[in-house]
Amino acid sequence: MHEPQNGPAEERPDDDLILSVRDLAVHFPLGGGLLGGGKRVLRAVDGVDLSLRRGECLGLVGESGSGKSTVALSILGLLAPTRGRIMVDGQVVTNRQSGDRKALARTVQIVFQDPYASLNPRQTVRRTLEDPLRVHGVTAKSEIEDRVATMLRHVGLRPEQADRYPHEFSGGQRQRIGIARALILNPKIVICDEPVSALDVSIRAQIINLLLELKDTLGLSYIMISHDLGVVEHMSDRVAVMYLGRIVENGDWREIFERPAHPYTRALIAAIPDPLHHAPLATTGGDLPNPLNPPDGCAFSPRCRYAEAVCRREPGPVLETRPDGHAVRCWRSEEIAGQEASVSV
Amino acid sequence: MTGTPLLEVEDLKLDLDIGSGRVAAAEGVSFRIDRGETFGLVGESGCGKSITALALIGLLRHPLSIGGGVIRFDGKEIQHLSAARQRDLRGNRIAMIFQEPMTALNPVSPVGRQIAEMFVLHKGKSWREANRLAVEALASVRVPAPERRVKDYPHQLSGGMRQRVMIAIALACGPDLLIADEPTTALDVTVQAEIIELMRNLCAERGTAILMISHDLGLVANVCRRVAVMYAGRIVEERGSADIFRAPSHPYTQGLVASLPRLGSRAALGRGRLQEIAGVVPAITNFPEGCRFNPRCAQATEICRTVAPGTDLLEAGGLVRCHHHA
Repeated sequence: MHEPQNGPAEERPDDDLILSVRDLAVHFPLGGGLLGGGKRVLRAVDGVDLSLRRGECLGLVGESGSGKSTVALSILGLLAPTRGRIMVDGQVVTNRQSGDRKALARTVQIVFQDPYASLNPRQTVRRTLEDPLRVHGVTAKSEIEDRVATMLRHVGLRPEQADRYPHEFSGGQRQRIGIARALILNPKIVICDEPVSALDVSIRAQIINLLLELKDTLGLSYIMISHDLGVVEHMSDRVAVMYLGRIVENGDWREIFERPAHPYTRALIAAIPDPLHHAPLATTGGDLPNPLNPPDGCAFSPRCRYAEAVCRREPGPVLETRPDGHAVRCWRSEEIAGQEASVSV
Repeated sequence: MTGTPLLEVEDLKLDLDIGSGRVAAAEGVSFRIDRGETFGLVGESGCGKSITALALIGLLRHPLSIGGGVIRFDGKEIQHLSAARQRDLRGNRIAMIFQEPMTALNPVSPVGRQIAEMFVLHKGKSWREANRLAVEALASVRVPAPERRVKDYPHQLSGGMRQRVMIAIALACGPDLLIADEPTTALDVTVQAEIIELMRNLCAERGTAILMISHDLGLVANVCRRVAVMYAGRIVEERGSADIFRAPSHPYTQGLVASLPRLGSRAALGRGRLQEIAGVVPAITNFPEGCRFNPRCAQATEICRTVAPGTDLLEAGGLVRCHHHA
C-alpha cells in the first residue's frame, strides 16, 4: 500500500481524509498604480494541495509571507479562495451558501498565537466559552454549564475559574482558555497557528503536551503552523513546507527532517543554531522575494545554492510525489541527493 | 592591553518604583566580559535581562533605577556618570541593537543619515565626510547597492535589512562592546542565521565584545562562549556554553534544556511527553522567599523556601546559585 493524496490529481473521496485542499489559490488584487499603471495581483497562495487524515497532525512551515496563514484562513472559511476546492469531512466548503458557515465553524477551529490579543478582555472565561454554544443552538442552561466545566477540566483549568477575566490568568493559562474556546464546539480539525511562540519558554512544554493529549483523547486532527522546527518535528506526523505561496516539499516528518529533499527545506533546517557547537550558522542568500514580482523559474532559485540555468528559466517545477509519499517541487532534488550521498561516502 | 576586564558588573540591584514603594526587579547580578568575548544573558520575560542591559548603557528610566552595585567599564565606574558622559560612552564605546529595528530606527529619516549622525556626533566629522562613511558602513553590513540604499527610509527595507542598518549604526564608531537584545527574535530563521553570522564576523574582525540577550538558550549557546541564565531577577547559573546544554547544574536550567523539543530529539529518543516545568513565572512584585525557583522546583526542600542560596563555584567551571545543585 502506498500513500497517495499528495498529488494534484483528482481522487475519489476517501473516508480517511478529514480535509483535502486541491489547487487552492488566494489572490489579492491591489489596484492600479497611482499613475494608472496596470493592476497588480498578489498571489499569496498559488496552487496548494494539502490533505489531512483523521487523527493526524500536519506541520505547515515556511518563512513569514510564505502563505501559511492565508491557507489557514481559507480552510476556516474566513477568506474566499480565488480558485480551488476545499473539502472538510466529505463536504465541499468552497463556493457554499452563507448558511453553511456555522457548520464549518463546528468542524474547523483555530488556536491563535497570542493569548493576550485573542481573548476579549471584557468577557469572563464563561462568557467566552458560552457564546459559541448559544450561537450554535445549545440553549439548555444545564448543558451549557456542563460543557463549559468539562472543557475547562480538559484544558487543565478548574471550573470555578470560569467567572474570572483574562487578565487574572498567566500567559500559559490564557492559552489554555484559547484552546478551550477552540474546542468547545467539538470540532474535528484544529488549526494551531504558532500556539506556543508567544509564551514563556518554561511554559511551552505544558501547552505542547496538552495539545498532543487533547488530540488523542478527543480524536482531533491538527494543522500545526509554526516557525519553530523543533516544535513541528515533535508534534507532526507529516510536514508540508511552503515557499512563496506554494508547497515545495511534503512528506512524513522523519523524511522531512532526516532526508530533506528541497534545497529550501535543507536551508531552513541548517539555519537552526546548534546549541552544542560553537559553529557558524548556514546562511541562505537574501530575503524572501517580493511576492508582487516573483522571480522567473523556480521561486527559490535566486537564493538556492544548487540553482542552475534550468531553475531560473523554466517555470516552477511541479510537486512530484515519490512512491513513498514524499513530494518535492525541485528540478534537481534527485541530483542533489545523489551528490550528497557520494560526498558523504 | 591590560588585564582588566572590559566590563565588570558587581552585585547590581535594579529598583522598580511601583508607586507604593520600591521592589528589586533584579538583584545580586554579577558578571564580567573580557575584551572581544561573547557573553549571553538568557531568561524569560520579566527575569531582568533586558533592564540589566539598559542599566549598562545608561538608558534606565523611571520607574526603574539603579539601587546599588557597581558597573565598571574598562576599569572605570560608570553607574553614576552624568548624562553627557553617558552619552559619550554610549554609541562610542558601548552600542546596542534592539529586537524590533522598525521601532528603534527613526521612521522619518533616511537610513544613511541615521548612520552618518553617529560619525558627526561622536567623531566630529563633517556631514559630507560622514555621508561617505555611511555608504561604507552600509557596504560593510552587506546591504546591496549601499550608495542607493542610504537614501531609503526604514519602511522601504525588509526586516533583515533594517537589522543590518541597526548593526551598521551600532558598529559605526567601533565600540568595544555591542549589546544585542533579542536581535533576531522578530526575524525568520533563515534571516536570523544571516544576521547572527554578520554580527559574529564583524565583531570578531574588530575585536568587539558581544553581550547577547535572548530567551532562546539554543541560539545564545551557539553564539556565545559563556552564558548566564537569569530567573526572577537573579543569575542562577553561569557556564561555558557547551556545558550549559550538556550538563546544566541548576534545576531551572535543567528544566529549560529538557522541556524544549530540539531538532533531532524525536528521531533519536522517540516522542515522549516533554518534561514540563510546573507553575508559572512569578511576578516582580511577588518573588518567592528563599530561592525564587523553589515553588516550581521538584528538588526543593525546607531550606530552599527560606534561605536564598549563595553562589557556588562548580568544579567543572562556572557558577550556580542552588542549595542542591548537581
